[in-house]
Amino acid sequence: MEKIFTITDETGLHARPATVLVNTASKYSAEITLTYRDKKVNLKSIMGVMSLGIQQGAEITISAEGADAEEAISALTETITTQGLGK
Amino acid sequence: MNIKGIAASNGIAIAKAFKLIEPELTVVKSTIADVEAEINLYKEALVKTTEELQKIKVKAAQNLSEEEAAVFDAHINMANDPELLTQTTDKIKAESVNASYAFDEVSNMFITMFESMDNEYFRERAADIKDIKKRILAHLLGVKVNDPSTIDEQVVIIAEDLTPSDTAQLDRNFVKGFVTNIGGRTSHSAIMARSLEIPAVVGTKTILEDVKDGDMIILDGLEGNVIINPSADQVAHYEEVAQAYEAQKAEWAKLKNEKTVSKDGQHVELAANIGTPKDVEGVLGNGGEAVGLYRTEFLYMGRDNFPTEDEQFEAYKSVLEAMGEKPVVVRTLDIGGDKELPYLHLPKEMNPFLGYRAVRLCLDDTDLFRTQLRALLRASAYGKLRIMFPMIATLNEFRSAKALLLEEKANLIAEGVTVSEEIEVGMMVEIPSAAVLADQFAKEVDFFSIGTNDLIQYTMAADRMNEKVSYLYQPYNPSILRLVKMVIDAAHKEGKWTGMCGEMAGDQTAIPLLLGLGLDEFSMSATSILPARSLISKLSKAEMAELAAEALNKSTVEEVIELVENIQK
Repeated sequence: MEKIFTITDETGLHARPATVLVNTASKYSAEITLTYRDKKVNLKSIMGVMSLGIQQGAEITISAEGADAEEAISALTETITTQGLGK
Repeated sequence: MNIKGIAASNGIAIAKAFKLIEPELTVVKSTIADVEAEINLYKEALVKTTEELQKIKVKAAQNLSEEEAAVFDAHINMANDPELLTQTTDKIKAESVNASYAFDEVSNMFITMFESMDNEYFRERAADIKDIKKRILAHLLGVKVNDPSTIDEQVVIIAEDLTPSDTAQLDRNFVKGFVTNIGGRTSHSAIMARSLEIPAVVGTKTILEDVKDGDMIILDGLEGNVIINPSADQVAHYEEVAQAYEAQKAEWAKLKNEKTVSKDGQHVELAANIGTPKDVEGVLGNGGEAVGLYRTEFLYMGRDNFPTEDEQFEAYKSVLEAMGEKPVVVRTLDIGGDKELPYLHLPKEMNPFLGYRAVRLCLDDTDLFRTQLRALLRASAYGKLRIMFPMIATLNEFRSAKALLLEEKANLIAEGVTVSEEIEVGMMVEIPSAAVLADQFAKEVDFFSIGTNDLIQYTMAADRMNEKVSYLYQPYNPSILRLVKMVIDAAHKEGKWTGMCGEMAGDQTAIPLLLGLGLDEFSMSATSILPARSLISKLSKAEMAELAAEALNKSTVEEVIELVENIQK
């Protein structure tokens, strides 16, 4: 399953927000990927996420596959909205 | 085995050698048959790296702070990053290549990617990746990396040279001193050792080749001697020397809150040279009566753009406030020569010490200069500011620099900013032309400060970075003493004062001569202040004037040294 978000954090997906997302993703066994401009990275990889250089206004897709995929997506959605990273 | 070097920082250290060497990490591409074995090698290296980083993190939390320790958490995460792992293992599988090659390629790709981002934060992360890359590669290649932050016993550091970042990492609880292959008394590592108050010997040329890790070392920073694997007798002897030195230091400490007065009751000012606001603590801790040289170029170095007026203002203000009633001599930007600023994009010169530097550059790039002058003028309200211009060769240069200062002062006052009315404006005397013409300069300056490091190199025409001509660095040569005398006499004739901010001002052999020549202010490394105060209290200025007069008529430096040594016996 997958979900699309728009980044609203004015610094984009930089160090702190990227770390928050990666930490959340790492709690789940599902394979979670982040897609931005046709590039796919492992959302459990801080280097992968940061290497995308995601700025404010970017549209990203998060997809998850595996036993706890659904929980993972809802946890990530909650993190993104409550931390004010995106919508 | 005995090795002779240059005594760079006082004290005795007896401890094991710890060699600080940049590891040789050469990666060779090779084809492998057993892919799984290669992947396991890589995973083992990751486990070892993580263990190593855990240890460093615990140590950093103890020695430094939790904040510094958190950096190593980030390094652990990066080393174990799934993207890095997948890409490396994929490459090993797909190309049947060795782990070190695959990892080198993948990590380089990340480094390039981060370095090319237009965000400073990401560019800094490239440095973190380089750091973990070095650790992982060292494990893959079986190369031992000596890391200063892993030191957990008393050691003497042995290195080719120490960079500012090396010295910043040294834990003074364990690092008892250091010995380097290159450098002289005025090189960065020597200055650092004196401000850290640990003994050091520099310029030994061969120490790195002569010593093995773990060898016992006696480091004699008083005489510049290093003994490798000493005998029991030698250790006993140096333990006594160390005790005597500690006793002397205790005597010096009693002088901390005293004024500097000669045996016949004459006062001179003992000041300190500083590079950053942090150094003020050491100045006050060592009983400094002033800052005689604040080198502002450190504000401009180690960054990729110019410091703003506000940033500079904050730095100057903090120094002036911390010093309170005590005066602070700030030297305006002295860049160029051996001190480069990459973002200034200056062309390489054949003779950088004779080239486009210091006030020559500031009078050309006046925007740069005006920013600094405005910051200084604004800070002047917070203490006792003295400003001096470096590398003045002609009176017109001094006049131009002072005119810009007065212009900015008028501008600030018009803007309603408070500027002190008591700023003294002086100049460095480091070019022989200024010393020779000091009587004319003295009419227009408020003070002189003699920069002996450069004055000696320009007078003797000897590059002070070149060890082959280091014998020409002769502070007590009668020719230098005569120049110093001309400057002091010229100032006194106009009712002005003369200071000295080169290494010579803190030198125990030079001090009797300088006192006799009538020097008013001596500015030195903070740690030299108390020994200098102790020495001056034992000398009569009137007697030293006779000694100086005699020295001026000697013909060689050896004769002068002999003369001074005789009175010290």
